[in-house]
Amino acid sequence: MNLTLQIWRQNGPQDAGRTVTYPVSNVSPDMSFLEMIDELNIDLIKKGEEPIAFDHDCREGICGMCSMFINGEAHGPDRGVTTCQLHMRTFKDGDTITVEPWRAKAFPVIKDLMVDRSAFDRVIQAGGYISVNTSGNTLDANAILVPKADADAAFDAATCIGCGACVATCKNASAMLFVSAKVSQLALLPQGKVEAAERVQNMVRQMDLEGFGNCTNTGACEVECPKGISLENIARMNREFLSASLTH
Amino acid sequence: MATGKGLFGSSLARKYWMALTGLFLCSFLVIHLLGNLPLMTGDHEAFNIYARFMTTFPVIKAVSYLLYASILLHTVDGLMLTRQNSAARPVKYANYNGAANASWASRNMALLGTFTLVFLIVHLKSFWFEMHFGNVPTVLIEGEEVKDLYTLTVTSFAQWWYTAFYVFAMAMLGFHLWHGFSSAFQTLGINHPTYTPIIKGIGAFFALVIPGVFALIPIVIYLNSLAA
Amino acid sequence: MKLDARIPEGPIADKWTEYKGHVPLVSPANKRRIDVIVVGTGLAGSSAAASLAELGYNVKAFCFQDSPRRAHSIAAQGGINAAKNYQNDGDSVFRLFYDTVKGGDYRSREANVHRLAEVSTSIIDQCVAQGVPFARDYGGQLDNRSFGGVQVSRTFYAKGQTGQQLLLGAYSALSRQIANGRVKMYHRHEMVDVVTVDGKARGIIAKNIVTGKLERHSAHAVLLCTGGYGNVFFLSTNAMGSNVTAAWRAHKKGAFFGNPCFTQIHPTCIPVSGEHQSKLTLMSESLRNDGRIWVPLHKEDAQAIREGRLKATDLPEEKRDYYLERRYPAFGNLVPRDVASRAAKERCDEGHGVNATGEAVYLDFASAIERYGKEQANLKGLHNPTQEQIIDLGTQAVEAKYGNLFQMYEKITDDNPYRTPMMIYPAVHYTMGGLWVDYNLMTTVPGLFALGEANFSDHGANRLGASALMQGLADGYFVAPYTVGDYLSNDIRTGTIPTDSPEFDAAEKAAEERQQAFLDAKGTTPVDVFHRKLGKIMWDECGMARSAEGLKKAIADIRALREEFYKDVRVPGQREGLNIELDKAARVADFMELGELMCLDALTREESCGGHFRTEYQSEDGEALRDDAKFTHVAVWEHQDGDPGKSVRHQEELNYENVKLITRSYK
Repeated sequence: MNLTLQIWRQNGPQDAGRTVTYPVSNVSPDMSFLEMIDELNIDLIKKGEEPIAFDHDCREGICGMCSMFINGEAHGPDRGVTTCQLHMRTFKDGDTITVEPWRAKAFPVIKDLMVDRSAFDRVIQAGGYISVNTSGNTLDANAILVPKADADAAFDAATCIGCGACVATCKNASAMLFVSAKVSQLALLPQGKVEAAERVQNMVRQMDLEGFGNCTNTGACEVECPKGISLENIARMNREFLSASLTH
Repeated sequence: MATGKGLFGSSLARKYWMALTGLFLCSFLVIHLLGNLPLMTGDHEAFNIYARFMTTFPVIKAVSYLLYASILLHTVDGLMLTRQNSAARPVKYANYNGAANASWASRNMALLGTFTLVFLIVHLKSFWFEMHFGNVPTVLIEGEEVKDLYTLTVTSFAQWWYTAFYVFAMAMLGFHLWHGFSSAFQTLGINHPTYTPIIKGIGAFFALVIPGVFALIPIVIYLNSLAA
Repeated sequence: MKLDARIPEGPIADKWTEYKGHVPLVSPANKRRIDVIVVGTGLAGSSAAASLAELGYNVKAFCFQDSPRRAHSIAAQGGINAAKNYQNDGDSVFRLFYDTVKGGDYRSREANVHRLAEVSTSIIDQCVAQGVPFARDYGGQLDNRSFGGVQVSRTFYAKGQTGQQLLLGAYSALSRQIANGRVKMYHRHEMVDVVTVDGKARGIIAKNIVTGKLERHSAHAVLLCTGGYGNVFFLSTNAMGSNVTAAWRAHKKGAFFGNPCFTQIHPTCIPVSGEHQSKLTLMSESLRNDGRIWVPLHKEDAQAIREGRLKATDLPEEKRDYYLERRYPAFGNLVPRDVASRAAKERCDEGHGVNATGEAVYLDFASAIERYGKEQANLKGLHNPTQEQIIDLGTQAVEAKYGNLFQMYEKITDDNPYRTPMMIYPAVHYTMGGLWVDYNLMTTVPGLFALGEANFSDHGANRLGASALMQGLADGYFVAPYTVGDYLSNDIRTGTIPTDSPEFDAAEKAAEERQQAFLDAKGTTPVDVFHRKLGKIMWDECGMARSAEGLKKAIADIRALREEFYKDVRVPGQREGLNIELDKAARVADFMELGELMCLDALTREESCGGHFRTEYQSEDGEALRDDAKFTHVAVWEHQDGDPGKSVRHQEELNYENVKLITRSYK
């Protein structure tokens, strides 16, 4: 396959950045999108140019590090995949493909396609945990029964990989899906209920402080989420926050 | 930036107010439409009595202040949210394929809302302002002098462009409701595999029927005026 | 130097309890004055950093990724073992200990493994308390599944994402400590050297990946929780960034390396599809419960399949060779990982491989689909189901069990595994070898600890499934908080370690020069090209089958490649600012030295055991031949003169007092 790539290049946070066009040839349909960029980078290095900086690590869709906005969509046109799982057979010979970094005030660009997502870490630090120390003397794991439905729903919420596709794709750059996934996971489990009210308030406050936008329920995040995290989590967080605000 | 705890100040709280005021305005739409129905049948008296009742009955008056407040809050809150949302992405995408993952209405609520507001101002000026402060001629109904809103309305809609404006505005409102109705429930935390599809169904019905009938009235009046 | 494993006296079941009872403690007031550095934030790192911070130490944690949550522990699929015996199927601490020692082909240290088995139960309790959503049954209790090589059901799991859930649990504990200021987190920071002062580890030099700046960080103890080194093979199931640099730098600063050649090759991975491939994807071991592994019986058929003239589904039963069932009738498709991997390689080497490269075997679900289909038909009361109905029902049943894996396979290969058999091939997955540590998890450098996959201690020559997660969390949550305290109890009067000492100066200068050398080479070849070449040498000669001849050749080749690398590598850009190629170059340089040591270790271990298979040491029917008389020891390598070829081999004798050494047989 021969393709034309229009890739965002930006030297650093202060640089204005621009789109640069790269023709690529001999692309195998079996390649992943990142492998295609790898090959391009090798060519660039051989030509004495700077390779394109992008985040990636596990390349199997679980670490959440890869983050490209491809042809106007987070992680590209395929569904239920991260950029590293997007294969070139999704495209046609002769296609022009645009590649941009996640764009949000809370995710400043570091270089080229690499952004700083530490805002997510700070949201988790604000309350995305259960306050239990390591002791080896906690209750036996089976001491509190958890209904299977709750455990499964908590797991589904917990599969969030923190990639930020929800923020990237939301027209408001809202982080509601990410935050609500953690709030939901912990609110659904008896162990997490103890501090649920404080948690949701603190996490929402941090979310607002980071400069994310508001949720307007467009549902785009759910569609683009590589792990299929459901909007039900956002509703649950709305509920949790409402009751926390009314009772605390 | 909204950072407070409680029911004011946080981004979530603002959304609750959007949802609550939105749903309240929806309920108003129903009452308003029911009142308008006599216009369809050409029932002068019923409509004028309804108009007088709406402007003078104390309970309605009290509720109307709540309504004004809701419109104001819905508008101001909406503007603030839109500003924040825009600030959340200072550098826009060169290529953003919004159609791939969200409906057109859901992505254009601010635009639709703004148009609805413009319509509302025109609408209030034409009828509400005239009824309250203007010189609307009166008619005698059961021996009482009543402002003849009916004639005012019918005369207005005899103009094709005025009717066209209304029909267009109702289409915009329809799109606004198409997303807004079910969205309000989601914001209030009501999302359930069984009930959400029902809510969405009611929302779609609401978005089609209410603005549809609202739009039908001027069309009928206009067509009647042509016939006359 | 005499290696002292410092194993506590007494019966094995009492050692850890006795140790904890007598270990010196550090008072809360003193803990506040003690700094600890944790490098890496996977299961071992996050759990250690969180636990030490909870105790009151000042912790600095480092990870090269953009967030501590991204460490590669996140990719572990299957589950975590624990001797809870919730199933009442005869499990116990001793049995978990025994299975692990046996699974490791009798090359691990008894005392460490027993401690691991002891604390395994606390891990599950701790994780549940943290909100890890393990799978549960309809009664609300935790569910278990079975894994290879054992006869009990002791694996706790969260669908196929157990590693992710456990890591996020540890990450949340870590986040809590970051929030309250007990842990200072340095993300996008890579450790480039250990700093030793008076023979003790007193800090690290870390590179801020974004700014390119070298930073000095001092501490009273340094914990390396930096994972394994499978990426020395270039293609592995490891993450792209997984590297050996931290461990290797420590090794060059005096930490001995244990059993570097012990590598686990996982039998069920998606085969390499072409030159462009950057990594390999694992298909969970659980697939072998239902899939049957085969290759064409006749080479001509294999050839026809490779050339696309014949389809797998066209080949009748009698022309297929279900080689695992043929060779190992007792265990069949469920033999341990090392055995399954070797058998696949043997068939492909003989010319029976099935994809274009000739390096793939079939994992076929057709009979499972039919079996489940008939079962479902019976359940649904269909008495004379058509073949079509059976396939339909069976497909649904298989989808319910393995849907996400099948989907992942289809995404990668564009092949429908419900209709045509999957193609799989072994791939590098885990390294049992690592920094040598004593019972306290301390390396031969005082104050320098190694936890999790980075150390060598618990898995011997072969790791059992679902044991890596167990070890990472055991080390971090339950072992290090005691053993690191033991060491630090002698350090309460030291005070803050200054970073302006000559030792820090020297370490930073050396690191700077190393980085500059890559830039100055100004060659023509990108780093990745060298990495691929190194990987090929390692895979060919130090992979699933090793021979003296091949290993000697590999050592020569690696040395030549290393020389070429320093002359011809092209790293664009400069030291300042983000320079990913420069970071990669530094990692690959270390891999090239490690690779040589791995070959050296494989060459000197003249036996076959676990994942280490020397072609010279096999029985007549191709099974591994262990040599307990000569090799019941850990090979412990001491670095010398900056040249891995001059490394000195020491031995830690392994004494088995509780487990009897027998030959593993799966026939």
